[in-house]
Amino acid sequence: MAYDYAPFPYVVPPGLTATEPRHPVAIVGAGPIGLAMAIDLAGHGIKSVVLDDNNVVSVGSRAICWAKRTLEIFDRLGVGDRMLAKGVTWKVGRLFHGSNEVYSFDLLPEDGHKYPAFINLQQYYVEQYLVERTRDFPDHIDLRFLNKVTDHRDHGDHVMLTIETPDGPYTLEAGYYIAAEGAGSPTRNRMKLPFEGQTFEEHFLIVDVELPHSPFSTEDPERWFWFAPPFHPGQSALLHKQPDNIYRIDLQLGPDTDPKTEATEEKVIPRIKAIIGDMAFRLDWMSVYKFRCAKLDRFVHGRVLFVGDSAHVVSPFGARGGNGGIQDVDNLGWKLAAVLNGAPATLLDSYDEERTHGSAENILNSARATNFMTPKSEIETLFRNETLILAGKHPFARKLINSGRLSQPCSLAGMALQSGDHPMVGQSLTDMPMETGWLIERIKGQFTLLTLDDSVWPDLDDIRIVPLPKSDQSAAHYGSKGAFLIRPDDHICAYFNAPDTGALAAALARATGRNQ
Amino acid sequence: MILEDKLGTESDAVYTMLMNVHDGLSLEASHALNARLILILMNEIGDAEKITALLEEARSIPLG
Repeated sequence: MAYDYAPFPYVVPPGLTATEPRHPVAIVGAGPIGLAMAIDLAGHGIKSVVLDDNNVVSVGSRAICWAKRTLEIFDRLGVGDRMLAKGVTWKVGRLFHGSNEVYSFDLLPEDGHKYPAFINLQQYYVEQYLVERTRDFPDHIDLRFLNKVTDHRDHGDHVMLTIETPDGPYTLEAGYYIAAEGAGSPTRNRMKLPFEGQTFEEHFLIVDVELPHSPFSTEDPERWFWFAPPFHPGQSALLHKQPDNIYRIDLQLGPDTDPKTEATEEKVIPRIKAIIGDMAFRLDWMSVYKFRCAKLDRFVHGRVLFVGDSAHVVSPFGARGGNGGIQDVDNLGWKLAAVLNGAPATLLDSYDEERTHGSAENILNSARATNFMTPKSEIETLFRNETLILAGKHPFARKLINSGRLSQPCSLAGMALQSGDHPMVGQSLTDMPMETGWLIERIKGQFTLLTLDDSVWPDLDDIRIVPLPKSDQSAAHYGSKGAFLIRPDDHICAYFNAPDTGALAAALARATGRNQ
Repeated sequence: MILEDKLGTESDAVYTMLMNVHDGLSLEASHALNARLILILMNEIGDAEKITALLEEARSIPLG
């Protein structure tokens, strides 16, 4: 059944009739990133106003692959269980060259994690769940639809916003301004910030169809990727399942196609029939894309902060767009809350340092995948085809095939907030089973000391102590001696081999920007 | 003969470097570069027995 795009109500904002008190934070854009930002801040007790020029969720499925780390973040935000229940869990991917299967992979063979490697869930569901979750924070989240920000000015101690509504314009003041407007970011354009990178000439057709039964050879949902399939000669194709029996089909079209004629039922329906065979189907949504990989040099500009696609765009291979944006939120939320509660504003520089690094890594990976998928010369095509042929037999060649390196959290090792050189420092937590529940549920957006042995740490202000249950799995991953300091965003920022409150205080000061 | 991966986490980077070294060349020039590269790599392997096995392996898979 087609998704019901019910509009959200517009409410006359108070600023139209009287000056509003200054808001601690204004978030521009109520997509998945802006909404997650508001909920994360609310969890830290920070109030925000969220302004969106529209009043419906994402039209079309758009971002559909949500990675394990993202689901763990959504768990903290209170929507993870709901996403998991609705989403399609998949872990087997198959790669074909022509009509031959070259190899298959299993993304997360290990048990003992609350969330799977990936789920597929349409962006409109994610936005709907997030909007509904904001209603649980009526004192902290002021969500305003049909409120279009048309101008902003950074006055040094606050930002002034000009906003258009169906009832006319008004202004409001905010302590910080977060741009979460997507790839076309009007804020970025207004500030004339360079947004440079690589543009790919290939066109891709993205189609969602509702099918009566699975097109895979099994009922288990999988990810099927083809290089040069018999039904689409010389190009690549991807088939993926979403909830409600909706299937995503991505087709490479080549550089010389006209998007307007390709995105017509006349052209699309025969292509779909070639893939799924003679099955009745309903066309749900389609779009023709060209991709860019680009980012801002800096994500922090005074009191204006960029998150998600406003800050960086990637090609979709590897699902690093939506997932990368949620990691921005995860990284920024606790820092901005700390700054608004008195930590030095320079703590926000670490958001810039850590997430420009993360987005550069995402861009590198997605650009490499796109280059592999769209060889730009005869010689590149030759190398690509020989790689695919060798991969039928040789494991080394399988590793060279790149149809997208799926989103993983980046390491923050060596950056300003981390202490020491233990090899785990900088990594994000790997989930473990606890006596009841899961490790990732215990961090709760607060600094946490994860203890591995029976050494007794004194009671500590500001830091919760969570003993990790001893098991082969926990010992293999974390070792069995000492303690890790975990940041509110589940990244390890220090290791102590024995209780040492002085060293812990120093690591905490460093991780909160008070002592660098 | 089964050839296992030896590039570890660098395989994507190495493949990208190989594509980049061909950037802007005509097909003929690229073939010349490939020949040159194979000669260099054979010398770097420095083991006639191994090279023989690799040559036979490459030839054993049917060519286009």
